[in-house]
Amino acid sequence: MATDKIHVKTTINGRPEEFLTDPYVSLLDALREIVGLTGSKEGCLDGNCGACTVNVNGRIVDSCLVLAAEVDGQKVETVEGMASAEGLHPLQQAFLEEAALQCGICTPGFLVASKGLLDNEPDPSEERIRHWLAGNLCRCTGYENIVKAVKKAARNS
Amino acid sequence: MQPFAYSAPTTIKEAVEILDKHGEKARPMAGGTDLLVQIRGGRFDLDTVVDIKKIPELNEISNGNDELVLGAAVPCHKLYDDPAISKSYPGLIDAASLIGSIQIQSRSGFGGNLCNSTPSADGIAPLIVHSAVANIQGTSGSRSVPVEDFCTGPGSNVLGKGEILVSITMPNKGDKFGAAYERFIPRNEMDIAVAAVGASILLDSNGKIEEAKIALASVGPTPIFATKASEFLKGKEPNEAAFKEAAAIAKGECSPIEDMRGTADQRKHLVEVLTERMLNKSLERIGG
Repeated sequence: MATDKIHVKTTINGRPEEFLTDPYVSLLDALREIVGLTGSKEGCLDGNCGACTVNVNGRIVDSCLVLAAEVDGQKVETVEGMASAEGLHPLQQAFLEEAALQCGICTPGFLVASKGLLDNEPDPSEERIRHWLAGNLCRCTGYENIVKAVKKAARNS
Repeated sequence: MQPFAYSAPTTIKEAVEILDKHGEKARPMAGGTDLLVQIRGGRFDLDTVVDIKKIPELNEISNGNDELVLGAAVPCHKLYDDPAISKSYPGLIDAASLIGSIQIQSRSGFGGNLCNSTPSADGIAPLIVHSAVANIQGTSGSRSVPVEDFCTGPGSNVLGKGEILVSITMPNKGDKFGAAYERFIPRNEMDIAVAAVGASILLDSNGKIEEAKIALASVGPTPIFATKASEFLKGKEPNEAAFKEAAAIAKGECSPIEDMRGTADQRKHLVEVLTERMLNKSLERIGG
Protein backbone atom coordinates (compact mmCIF):
# COMPACT_ATOMS: atom_id res chain seq x y z
CA MET A 1 0.00 0.00 0.00
CA ALA A 2 1.06 3.59 -0.49
CA THR A 3 2.19 5.34 2.63
CA ASP A 4 3.45 8.84 3.16
CA LYS A 5 6.93 9.47 4.49
CA ILE A 6 7.20 10.69 8.04
CA HIS A 7 9.34 13.60 9.12
CA VAL A 8 11.26 12.72 12.29
CA LYS A 9 13.02 15.36 14.41
CA THR A 10 15.18 13.77 17.05
CA THR A 11 18.42 14.07 18.99
CA ILE A 12 21.06 11.43 18.31
CA ASN A 13 24.18 11.34 20.48
CA GLY A 14 23.45 14.89 21.61
CA ARG A 15 23.10 16.26 18.07
CA PRO A 16 19.79 17.36 16.55
CA GLU A 17 18.89 15.16 13.57
CA GLU A 18 16.03 15.37 11.09
CA PHE A 19 15.17 12.75 8.55
CA LEU A 20 12.36 11.42 6.38
CA THR A 21 11.39 7.78 6.80
CA ASP A 22 8.79 5.35 5.60
CA PRO A 23 6.42 4.58 8.51
CA TYR A 24 7.29 0.86 8.52
CA VAL A 25 11.06 1.36 8.93
CA SER A 26 12.61 0.31 12.22
CA LEU A 27 14.78 2.64 14.25
CA LEU A 28 17.67 0.25 13.54
CA ASP A 29 17.26 0.55 9.77
CA ALA A 30 16.79 4.32 9.98
CA LEU A 31 19.98 4.70 12.03
CA ARG A 32 21.99 2.51 9.66
CA GLU A 33 20.56 3.44 6.28
CA ILE A 34 19.19 6.97 6.62
CA VAL A 35 21.31 8.59 9.33
CA GLY A 36 24.42 6.61 8.40
CA LEU A 37 25.27 5.31 11.87
CA THR A 38 26.14 1.67 11.22
CA GLY A 39 27.45 0.84 14.70
CA SER A 40 24.18 -0.75 15.83
CA LYS A 41 23.95 -4.23 14.32
CA GLU A 42 21.12 -6.37 13.02
CA GLY A 43 21.05 -9.83 14.56
CA CYS A 44 17.83 -11.72 15.19
CA LEU A 45 15.20 -9.04 14.45
CA ASP A 46 13.00 -10.41 17.22
CA GLY A 47 14.32 -9.09 20.50
CA ASN A 48 16.52 -11.98 21.58
CA CYS A 49 20.08 -10.98 20.67
CA GLY A 50 20.45 -7.33 21.67
CA ALA A 51 22.96 -6.55 18.88
CA CYS A 52 20.81 -3.55 17.92
CA THR A 53 20.63 -2.13 21.46
CA VAL A 54 20.43 1.66 21.65
CA ASN A 55 19.36 4.01 24.42
CA VAL A 56 16.14 6.01 24.06
CA ASN A 57 15.41 8.59 26.75
CA GLY A 58 17.68 6.85 29.26
CA ARG A 59 16.37 3.31 28.75
CA ILE A 60 18.01 0.62 26.63
CA VAL A 61 15.82 -0.83 23.88
CA ASP A 62 16.18 -3.19 20.94
CA SER A 63 16.13 -0.74 18.02
CA CYS A 64 14.83 -3.45 15.66
CA LEU A 65 11.61 -3.42 17.73
CA VAL A 66 11.10 0.35 17.63
CA LEU A 67 9.71 2.22 14.65
CA ALA A 68 11.82 5.16 13.47
CA ALA A 69 8.65 7.28 13.56
CA GLU A 70 8.39 6.70 17.32
CA VAL A 71 11.60 8.57 18.18
CA ASP A 72 10.27 11.93 16.97
CA GLY A 73 11.06 14.31 19.82
CA GLN A 74 13.07 11.68 21.74
CA LYS A 75 16.74 11.38 22.68
CA VAL A 76 18.61 8.50 21.09
CA GLU A 77 22.11 7.35 22.03
CA THR A 78 24.10 4.81 20.05
CA VAL A 79 27.54 3.25 20.34
CA GLU A 80 28.90 6.06 18.15
CA GLY A 81 28.20 8.50 20.97
CA MET A 82 30.21 6.66 23.63
CA ALA A 83 33.77 7.77 22.95
CA SER A 84 34.60 11.45 23.53
CA ALA A 85 37.26 13.71 22.07
CA GLU A 86 39.46 12.72 25.03
CA GLY A 87 39.34 9.03 24.17
CA LEU A 88 37.39 5.82 24.53
CA HIS A 89 34.63 5.38 27.07
CA PRO A 90 35.85 3.38 30.11
CA LEU A 91 33.68 0.47 28.94
CA GLN A 92 35.24 0.49 25.48
CA GLN A 93 38.73 0.62 27.03
CA ALA A 94 37.91 -2.23 29.39
CA PHE A 95 36.44 -4.37 26.57
CA LEU A 96 39.75 -3.95 24.69
CA GLU A 97 41.92 -4.69 27.71
CA GLU A 98 39.92 -7.74 28.78
CA ALA A 99 39.54 -9.09 25.21
CA ALA A 100 35.77 -9.00 25.71
CA LEU A 101 35.12 -9.56 22.02
CA GLN A 102 36.14 -11.82 19.21
CA CYS A 103 34.11 -11.34 16.03
CA GLY A 104 32.70 -8.07 17.36
CA ILE A 105 29.19 -8.09 15.97
CA CYS A 106 27.56 -8.18 19.41
CA THR A 107 29.97 -5.60 20.87
CA PRO A 108 28.09 -2.35 20.16
CA GLY A 109 24.97 -3.84 21.75
CA PHE A 110 26.91 -5.02 24.81
CA LEU A 111 28.59 -1.62 25.17
CA VAL A 112 25.36 0.37 24.97
CA ALA A 113 23.56 -2.08 27.28
CA SER A 114 26.42 -2.03 29.81
CA LYS A 115 26.51 1.76 29.74
CA GLY A 116 22.78 1.75 30.48
CA LEU A 117 23.56 -0.23 33.63
CA LEU A 118 26.60 1.74 34.84
CA ASP A 119 24.91 5.09 34.20
CA ASN A 120 22.38 4.21 36.88
CA GLU A 121 24.23 1.67 39.04
CA PRO A 122 27.93 2.49 39.24
CA ASP A 123 28.89 -0.61 41.23
CA PRO A 124 26.72 -3.57 40.21
CA SER A 125 27.29 -7.11 41.49
CA GLU A 126 28.33 -9.84 39.07
CA GLU A 127 24.84 -11.34 39.34
CA ARG A 128 23.30 -7.97 38.48
CA ILE A 129 25.61 -7.56 35.47
CA ARG A 130 24.75 -11.05 34.17
CA HIS A 131 21.03 -10.48 34.68
CA TRP A 132 21.17 -7.04 33.02
CA LEU A 133 23.01 -8.46 30.00
CA ALA A 134 20.71 -11.48 29.55
CA GLY A 135 19.19 -9.74 26.53
CA ASN A 136 22.54 -9.62 24.71
CA LEU A 137 23.89 -12.75 23.05
CA CYS A 138 27.54 -13.42 22.25
CA ARG A 139 28.47 -16.59 20.41
CA CYS A 140 32.26 -16.15 20.73
CA THR A 141 33.45 -15.18 24.18
CA GLY A 142 31.43 -17.33 26.56
CA TYR A 143 30.64 -14.04 28.37
CA GLU A 144 33.38 -14.34 31.02
CA ASN A 145 35.53 -11.56 29.61
CA ILE A 146 32.52 -9.36 28.96
CA VAL A 147 31.49 -9.56 32.61
CA LYS A 148 35.09 -8.94 33.68
CA ALA A 149 35.26 -5.88 31.42
CA VAL A 150 32.04 -4.40 32.81
CA LYS A 151 33.33 -4.89 36.36
CA LYS A 152 36.63 -3.28 35.45
CA ALA A 153 34.89 -0.32 33.79
CA ALA A 154 32.72 0.10 36.87
CA ARG A 155 35.87 0.36 39.01
CA ASN A 156 37.52 2.78 36.57
CA SER A 157 34.62 5.17 35.96
CA MET B 1 8.92 -4.91 6.97
CA GLN B 2 5.76 -5.01 4.88
CA PRO B 3 4.52 -1.48 4.21
CA PHE B 4 1.98 0.02 6.60
CA ALA B 5 0.98 3.51 7.64
CA TYR B 6 1.68 4.81 11.15
CA SER B 7 -0.68 6.89 13.22
CA ALA B 8 -0.16 8.19 16.72
CA PRO B 9 -3.50 9.53 17.95
CA THR B 10 -3.60 11.59 21.12
CA THR B 11 -7.14 10.69 22.19
CA ILE B 12 -8.96 7.39 22.78
CA LYS B 13 -11.78 8.57 20.52
CA GLU B 14 -9.43 9.10 17.61
CA ALA B 15 -7.72 5.71 18.21
CA VAL B 16 -10.95 3.67 18.28
CA GLU B 17 -12.19 5.46 15.16
CA ILE B 18 -9.07 4.47 13.23
CA LEU B 19 -9.27 0.89 14.55
CA ASP B 20 -12.97 0.67 13.74
CA LYS B 21 -12.45 2.02 10.23
CA HIS B 22 -9.65 -0.39 9.37
CA GLY B 23 -10.89 -3.47 11.27
CA GLU B 24 -8.53 -6.42 10.78
CA LYS B 25 -6.20 -4.17 8.79
CA ALA B 26 -5.17 -2.14 11.86
CA ARG B 27 -3.52 -3.10 15.14
CA PRO B 28 -2.81 -0.99 18.20
CA MET B 29 0.84 -0.89 19.26
CA ALA B 30 2.05 -0.31 22.79
CA GLY B 31 5.66 -1.51 23.18
CA GLY B 32 5.66 -3.25 19.83
CA THR B 33 7.87 -6.08 21.10
CA ASP B 34 5.37 -8.71 19.97
CA LEU B 35 3.59 -6.78 17.20
CA LEU B 36 6.63 -5.86 15.12
CA VAL B 37 7.92 -9.44 15.33
CA GLN B 38 4.50 -10.71 14.24
CA ILE B 39 4.34 -8.25 11.32
CA ARG B 40 7.80 -9.34 10.17
CA GLY B 41 6.65 -12.95 10.44
CA GLY B 42 3.68 -12.28 8.17
CA ARG B 43 0.99 -12.89 10.79
CA PHE B 44 -0.83 -9.67 9.91
CA ASP B 45 -1.40 -7.81 6.69
CA LEU B 46 -1.92 -4.31 7.99
CA ASP B 47 -2.88 -0.98 6.48
CA THR B 48 -1.97 0.86 9.63
CA VAL B 49 -0.27 0.54 13.00
CA VAL B 50 -1.88 2.67 15.70
CA ASP B 51 0.71 3.81 18.25
CA ILE B 52 -1.27 4.28 21.45
CA LYS B 53 1.56 5.71 23.55
CA LYS B 54 0.61 9.34 22.92
CA ILE B 55 -2.81 8.92 24.57
CA PRO B 56 -2.57 10.26 28.15
CA GLU B 57 -5.02 7.72 29.69
CA LEU B 58 -3.02 4.82 28.29
CA ASN B 59 0.17 6.03 29.97
CA GLU B 60 -1.47 6.61 33.34
CA ILE B 61 -0.12 4.98 36.48
CA SER B 62 -2.33 5.94 39.36
CA ASN B 63 -1.41 4.18 42.59
CA GLY B 64 -4.08 5.21 45.08
CA ASN B 65 -4.86 3.85 48.52
CA ASP B 66 -7.62 1.64 47.19
CA GLU B 67 -6.49 0.62 43.74
CA LEU B 68 -3.86 0.71 41.05
CA VAL B 69 -4.84 1.96 37.60
CA LEU B 70 -2.36 0.88 35.00
CA GLY B 71 -2.67 2.43 31.54
CA ALA B 72 -2.53 -0.12 28.74
CA ALA B 73 0.74 1.28 27.37
CA VAL B 74 2.73 1.45 30.63
CA PRO B 75 5.98 -0.52 30.24
CA CYS B 76 7.22 -3.09 32.76
CA HIS B 77 10.12 -1.07 34.14
CA LYS B 78 7.85 1.69 35.42
CA LEU B 79 6.40 -0.83 37.88
CA TYR B 80 9.58 -2.21 39.41
CA ASP B 81 11.12 1.27 39.45
CA ASP B 82 8.27 2.34 41.78
CA PRO B 83 8.77 1.21 45.43
CA ALA B 84 5.12 1.78 46.43
CA ILE B 85 3.78 -0.36 43.58
CA SER B 86 6.44 -3.00 44.26
CA LYS B 87 5.25 -3.26 47.87
CA SER B 88 1.51 -3.60 47.18
CA TYR B 89 1.59 -5.57 43.92
CA PRO B 90 4.41 -8.13 44.31
CA GLY B 91 2.95 -10.60 41.82
CA LEU B 92 3.09 -7.96 39.10
CA ILE B 93 6.68 -7.15 39.98
CA ASP B 94 7.74 -10.80 39.70
CA ALA B 95 6.38 -10.86 36.16
CA ALA B 96 7.59 -7.39 35.14
CA SER B 97 11.11 -8.41 36.14
CA LEU B 98 11.21 -11.56 34.02
CA ILE B 99 9.34 -10.68 30.83
CA GLY B 100 12.00 -10.71 28.07
CA SER B 101 15.18 -8.75 28.69
CA ILE B 102 15.89 -5.34 30.22
CA GLN B 103 15.61 -3.97 26.67
CA ILE B 104 12.17 -5.59 26.27
CA GLN B 105 11.05 -4.40 29.72
CA SER B 106 11.73 -0.81 28.60
CA ARG B 107 8.91 -1.18 26.07
CA SER B 108 6.64 -4.12 26.84
CA GLY B 109 3.92 -3.96 29.46
CA PHE B 110 0.92 -5.72 30.94
CA GLY B 111 -1.60 -4.15 28.55
CA GLY B 112 0.11 -5.46 25.44
CA ASN B 113 0.84 -8.78 27.11
CA LEU B 114 -2.85 -9.17 27.92
CA CYS B 115 -4.05 -8.16 24.44
CA ASN B 116 -1.51 -10.45 22.78
CA SER B 117 -3.28 -13.20 24.74
CA THR B 118 -0.74 -16.01 24.45
CA PRO B 119 -1.27 -19.04 26.71
CA SER B 120 2.28 -18.54 28.03
CA ALA B 121 1.92 -14.82 28.77
CA ASP B 122 3.86 -14.00 31.93
CA GLY B 123 1.71 -10.96 32.65
CA ILE B 124 -1.77 -12.45 32.73
CA ALA B 125 -1.66 -14.96 35.63
CA PRO B 126 -0.28 -12.26 37.98
CA LEU B 127 -3.09 -9.90 36.94
CA ILE B 128 -5.65 -12.60 37.73
CA VAL B 129 -4.27 -13.23 41.24
CA HIS B 130 -4.31 -9.47 41.84
CA SER B 131 -8.06 -9.49 40.91
CA ALA B 132 -7.44 -7.20 37.94
CA VAL B 133 -10.15 -5.88 35.63
CA ALA B 134 -9.60 -4.82 32.00
CA ASN B 135 -11.19 -1.50 31.06
CA ILE B 136 -12.18 -1.46 27.40
CA GLN B 137 -13.46 1.34 25.20
CA GLY B 138 -15.00 1.12 21.75
CA THR B 139 -16.83 3.42 19.39
CA SER B 140 -20.14 2.82 21.14
CA GLY B 141 -19.08 2.93 24.79
CA SER B 142 -16.97 1.31 27.47
CA ARG B 143 -17.07 -1.94 29.44
CA SER B 144 -15.00 -3.77 32.02
CA VAL B 145 -14.02 -7.45 31.92
CA PRO B 146 -12.28 -9.43 34.69
CA VAL B 147 -8.86 -10.44 33.37
CA GLU B 148 -9.63 -14.15 33.84
CA ASP B 149 -12.44 -13.76 31.26
CA PHE B 150 -10.42 -11.68 28.79
CA CYS B 151 -8.63 -14.35 26.74
CA THR B 152 -10.75 -16.69 24.64
CA GLY B 153 -8.06 -18.83 22.98
CA PRO B 154 -4.42 -18.73 21.89
CA GLY B 155 -3.96 -15.18 20.56
CA SER B 156 -7.65 -14.29 20.78
CA ASN B 157 -9.64 -12.27 23.29
CA VAL B 158 -12.89 -10.43 23.94
CA LEU B 159 -11.86 -7.21 22.16
CA GLY B 160 -14.27 -6.50 19.32
CA LYS B 161 -13.87 -4.39 16.19
CA GLY B 162 -12.84 -0.86 17.11
CA GLU B 163 -12.31 -1.71 20.77
CA ILE B 164 -9.18 -0.84 22.68
CA LEU B 165 -7.83 -1.75 26.10
CA VAL B 166 -7.55 1.54 27.98
CA SER B 167 -6.33 0.42 31.38
CA ILE B 168 -6.15 -2.37 33.92
CA THR B 169 -7.43 -1.74 37.44
CA MET B 170 -6.68 -3.82 40.52
CA PRO B 171 -7.51 -3.37 44.18
CA ASN B 172 -4.93 -2.68 46.88
CA LYS B 173 -5.67 -5.46 49.37
CA GLY B 174 -3.51 -4.03 52.13
CA ASP B 175 -0.88 -5.51 54.41
CA LYS B 176 -2.59 -8.87 54.98
CA PHE B 177 -2.10 -9.66 51.31
CA GLY B 178 0.75 -11.35 49.49
CA ALA B 179 1.23 -12.53 45.91
CA ALA B 180 3.88 -14.21 43.79
CA TYR B 181 4.52 -15.46 40.26
CA GLU B 182 7.12 -17.88 38.94
CA ARG B 183 7.65 -19.75 35.70
CA PHE B 184 9.71 -22.83 34.99
CA ILE B 185 12.20 -22.46 32.14
CA PRO B 186 15.25 -24.65 31.47
CA ARG B 187 17.59 -21.65 31.67
CA ASN B 188 17.79 -18.56 33.86
CA GLU B 189 16.48 -15.82 31.58
CA MET B 190 14.95 -15.05 28.20
CA ASP B 191 12.66 -18.00 27.63
CA ILE B 192 9.01 -18.95 27.28
CA ALA B 193 7.42 -20.69 30.26
CA VAL B 194 7.12 -24.48 30.18
CA ALA B 195 4.59 -23.91 32.96
CA ALA B 196 3.99 -21.00 35.32
CA VAL B 197 1.89 -20.23 38.38
CA GLY B 198 0.71 -17.07 40.09
CA ALA B 199 -0.81 -17.11 43.57
CA SER B 200 -2.14 -14.66 46.11
CA ILE B 201 -3.36 -14.93 49.69
CA LEU B 202 -5.41 -12.50 51.76
CA LEU B 203 -5.56 -13.31 55.48
CA ASP B 204 -8.41 -12.36 57.80
CA SER B 205 -7.95 -10.89 61.28
CA ASN B 206 -7.65 -14.41 62.76
CA GLY B 207 -4.84 -15.38 60.42
CA LYS B 208 -7.03 -17.66 58.31
CA ILE B 209 -7.29 -17.43 54.55
CA GLU B 210 -10.03 -14.97 53.60
CA GLU B 211 -9.31 -15.25 49.90
CA ALA B 212 -6.76 -17.10 47.78
CA LYS B 213 -6.23 -16.97 44.03
CA ILE B 214 -4.23 -19.32 41.87
CA ALA B 215 -3.68 -18.78 38.14
CA LEU B 216 -1.77 -20.96 35.69
CA ALA B 217 0.08 -20.16 32.45
CA SER B 218 1.36 -22.27 29.56
CA VAL B 219 -0.84 -25.22 30.56
CA GLY B 220 -3.96 -24.62 28.48
CA PRO B 221 -5.27 -22.61 25.50
CA THR B 222 -5.49 -19.49 27.69
CA PRO B 223 -4.11 -18.52 31.10
CA ILE B 224 -6.28 -20.38 33.60
CA PHE B 225 -7.89 -19.12 36.81
CA ALA B 226 -7.77 -22.27 38.99
CA THR B 227 -11.06 -21.61 40.72
CA LYS B 228 -11.41 -24.97 42.52
CA ALA B 229 -7.97 -24.77 44.11
CA SER B 230 -8.54 -21.10 44.95
CA GLU B 231 -11.97 -21.77 46.48
CA PHE B 232 -10.65 -24.76 48.46
CA LEU B 233 -8.30 -22.53 50.47
CA LYS B 234 -11.04 -20.16 51.65
CA GLY B 235 -11.35 -20.26 55.44
CA LYS B 236 -8.38 -22.64 55.86
CA GLU B 237 -5.33 -22.16 58.03
CA PRO B 238 -2.42 -21.22 55.77
CA ASN B 239 -0.30 -24.30 56.37
CA GLU B 240 1.62 -26.97 54.47
CA ALA B 241 -1.23 -29.48 54.38
CA ALA B 242 -3.68 -26.96 52.90
CA PHE B 243 -1.15 -25.72 50.34
CA LYS B 244 -0.29 -29.27 49.27
CA GLU B 245 -3.93 -30.13 48.77
CA ALA B 246 -4.61 -26.91 46.84
CA ALA B 247 -1.59 -27.69 44.64
CA ALA B 248 -2.98 -31.15 43.86
CA ILE B 249 -6.35 -29.62 42.95
CA ALA B 250 -4.67 -27.00 40.71
CA LYS B 251 -2.85 -29.80 38.90
CA GLY B 252 -6.25 -31.18 37.93
CA GLU B 253 -7.44 -27.81 36.61
CA CYS B 254 -4.93 -27.52 33.76
CA SER B 255 -5.00 -29.05 30.30
CA PRO B 256 -1.49 -28.80 28.89
CA ILE B 257 -0.35 -29.83 25.44
CA GLU B 258 2.84 -31.72 24.59
CA ASP B 259 5.35 -29.73 22.58
CA MET B 260 9.07 -29.12 22.26
CA ARG B 261 9.08 -27.24 25.57
CA GLY B 262 7.69 -30.06 27.67
CA THR B 263 5.38 -33.03 27.99
CA ALA B 264 1.88 -32.77 29.39
CA ASP B 265 2.89 -34.82 32.44
CA GLN B 266 5.88 -32.62 33.18
CA ARG B 267 3.72 -29.52 32.92
CA LYS B 268 1.11 -30.93 35.29
CA HIS B 269 3.83 -31.86 37.75
CA LEU B 270 5.25 -28.33 37.48
CA VAL B 271 1.82 -26.83 38.21
CA GLU B 272 1.67 -28.79 41.46
CA VAL B 273 5.23 -27.89 42.53
CA LEU B 274 4.92 -24.23 41.57
CA THR B 275 1.47 -23.79 43.14
CA GLU B 276 2.73 -24.93 46.53
CA ARG B 277 5.84 -22.78 46.14
CA MET B 278 3.89 -19.66 45.14
CA LEU B 279 1.41 -20.08 48.00
CA ASN B 280 4.33 -20.29 50.43
CA LYS B 281 5.97 -17.25 48.85
CA SER B 282 2.70 -15.28 48.98
CA LEU B 283 2.37 -16.11 52.67
CA GLU B 284 6.00 -15.14 53.39
CA ARG B 285 5.42 -11.78 51.75
CA ILE B 286 2.51 -10.84 53.99
CA GLY B 287 3.68 -8.12 56.29
CA GLY B 288 7.13 -8.42 54.71
